[in-house]
Amino acid sequence: MVNIAVLVKQVPDTNSKIQIAGDRVDLSSVKMDISPYDEFAVENALQHKESAGGTVTAITVGGAGADKVLKGVKALGVDNIIRLDYDGYMDSNGLQSVLAEEISAGGFDVVYCGKAAADTGAGSTGPGLAEKLGWGSVSNATDIKFENGLTVSYPSEGGNAIVTVNLPAIVSCDKGSIKVRKSNVKGIMMAKRAQVEVKPISPPNASVTIVSQIMPPAKPAGKQFEGGDSANTVAQLLRDEANII
Amino acid sequence: MTDTIVIAELSKGQISNATNELVTAANQLGSNCTVVVPCTDSTVANPAGSISGVGKVIAAKSDVFSNYDASAWSEALDAVTPSGVIVTSASAQSKDLAARLAARRSVSVVQDVIAIEDGILSTPIYSGKAIQKVSVNGNSVISVRANIFSPADNSGNCEIQVIDTTGNVTTALQEMVQRASARLDVSEANIIISGGRGMGTPANFSHLEEIADKLGAAVGASRAAVDTWDEIPHSMQVGQTGKTVNPNLYIAVGISGAIQHLAGMRSSKYIVAINKDADAPIFQHADYGIVATWEEALPVLSSSLSNLLA
Ligand SMILES: Cc1cc2nc3c(=O)[nH]c(=O)nc-3n(C[C@H](O)[C@H](O)[C@H](O)COP(=O)(O)OP(=O)(O)OC[C@H]3O[C@@H](n4cnc5c(N)ncnc54)[C@H](O)[C@@H]3O)c2cc1C
Ligand SMILES: Nc1ncnc2c1ncn2[C@@H]1O[C@H](COP(=O)(O)O)[C@@H](O)[C@H]1O
Repeated sequence: MVNIAVLVKQVPDTNSKIQIAGDRVDLSSVKMDISPYDEFAVENALQHKESAGGTVTAITVGGAGADKVLKGVKALGVDNIIRLDYDGYMDSNGLQSVLAEEISAGGFDVVYCGKAAADTGAGSTGPGLAEKLGWGSVSNATDIKFENGLTVSYPSEGGNAIVTVNLPAIVSCDKGSIKVRKSNVKGIMMAKRAQVEVKPISPPNASVTIVSQIMPPAKPAGKQFEGGDSANTVAQLLRDEANII
Repeated sequence: MTDTIVIAELSKGQISNATNELVTAANQLGSNCTVVVPCTDSTVANPAGSISGVGKVIAAKSDVFSNYDASAWSEALDAVTPSGVIVTSASAQSKDLAARLAARRSVSVVQDVIAIEDGILSTPIYSGKAIQKVSVNGNSVISVRANIFSPADNSGNCEIQVIDTTGNVTTALQEMVQRASARLDVSEANIIISGGRGMGTPANFSHLEEIADKLGAAVGASRAAVDTWDEIPHSMQVGQTGKTVNPNLYIAVGISGAIQHLAGMRSSKYIVAINKDADAPIFQHADYGIVATWEEALPVLSSSLSNLLA
């Protein structure tokens, strides 16, 4: 029986437009959704349970709005859903500290998370949390077999590395070849009634402070040409203007 | 001024030129830059001795550096790395290591830094749809994107200290599976030419490969191409759920420029788009846009490149 945790984060839908109000991103009218790679983490966690037996607990750190993401994964077959209640900015040390506490207290054997959250793009949480716990970790996993502890493939220079890692361990998940399951009506109904276990947290003081959030500087308008022959002009520009070739 | 430590970036077991860019970034952040080189053979560290603006090189010598293991690398490097702000590259492996090193020292990590001004770090958020500027109190670990900071030159000369170190390995390498094609991966390339659904069939990617061979480029793909054709593997996918790349040159062929594709490549230094639809969104991000079918444009591009490179 394996005690499995999966980390899920609520982020703006990747189709959404990001706007700035003052000197901060304004997400008030943005549709939120589960971060794309976390869907692969959830699928791997569920497949691990199906192959070895055990329970899957989904954990998020966020405000009440994030309950929707937890219910979404509950509908897919996750057993327990926990929200560490915090609505605001946390630096990587703060986030990993509160997660480390929760993971130790929960007696988990393995943690799955996304390779990077769609908002931060960082990819820090999996390896950082593993370091805090003193666990092994593999990042950017594309293929996982639930044997010999875990057997994990990930892209490495020139190809793929296949490694085994003993539990406890943390695996951050890339897309790979697995297909993520969809929820069915029964799952959605059950998830509606499910209770999110909400826990208070007190993160350590942040050492990183957000100074401002701005739009990316507008790129100067490019040059546009008509017709296939203009590829010749572009090749010249790549040499003479861009100094690339 | 804070002390800075650069963890050298390696490619095929040798110090790569990205390390020189990291030194420039480190010297914008603080002073007294030390370069730490993870190695099994300390002579690998020698080239770091000539990077300008480096005060000291530490060759961190250990068997654990023969294969990547996040846990062992972080332990072994932490043991020999002085205190200060640690700077790594933003390659997949180095970001993983950066996160580990930061957690080991109970400090925060700031990934994918694209600018440093008066100690303020800029990083892309929401896949580059916005930029976040942060300040850090005390030490931290930062990873720095390639092709942004100009590389320090190689006219320096400093001492190289060899220190043996070790760490606790938690993963066992079973196999290294080489890529079937000898072609570069998009995450390793400085020039990328990518094809989308507009290529029509996967066989037509051979036209992209022909140009890639001339330029020493990698071939990438949009998600539509990867999802539609089994021959185009996910490892080629650029974008939100593929790879984030920032090469010197990105050539998008038959790619519309959906927001999730832009998420993976918008920070490329130069962008060329070839698309038959003049209204395709990709043109808003292109430095050089060619409104034409690839059938018309690629043969011309190919022969022009042959002439220019001859
Ligand atoms: C959560 C999520 C994650 C996603 N992640 C990614 C991702 O990582 N990467 C990604 O790319 N997409 C991603 N997408 C998909 C994205 O939204 C688009 O569907 C996809 O990028 C479209 O690919 P395309 O441009 O190749 O195809 P299309 O949008 O179909 O565009 C094809 C283009 O080819 C042009 N064309 C056609 N024939 C020719 C010709 N003969 N010569 C020249 N041009 C021609 C057309 O004018 C058109 O602009 C994601 C979507 C979601 C919802
Ligand atoms: N606030 C959070 N709550 C739960 N999981 C998170 C949170 N932030 C990050 N994660 C997990 O860590 C992964 C990587 O996030 P990041 O390090 O921010 O790129 C995400 O894909 C999630 O699986």
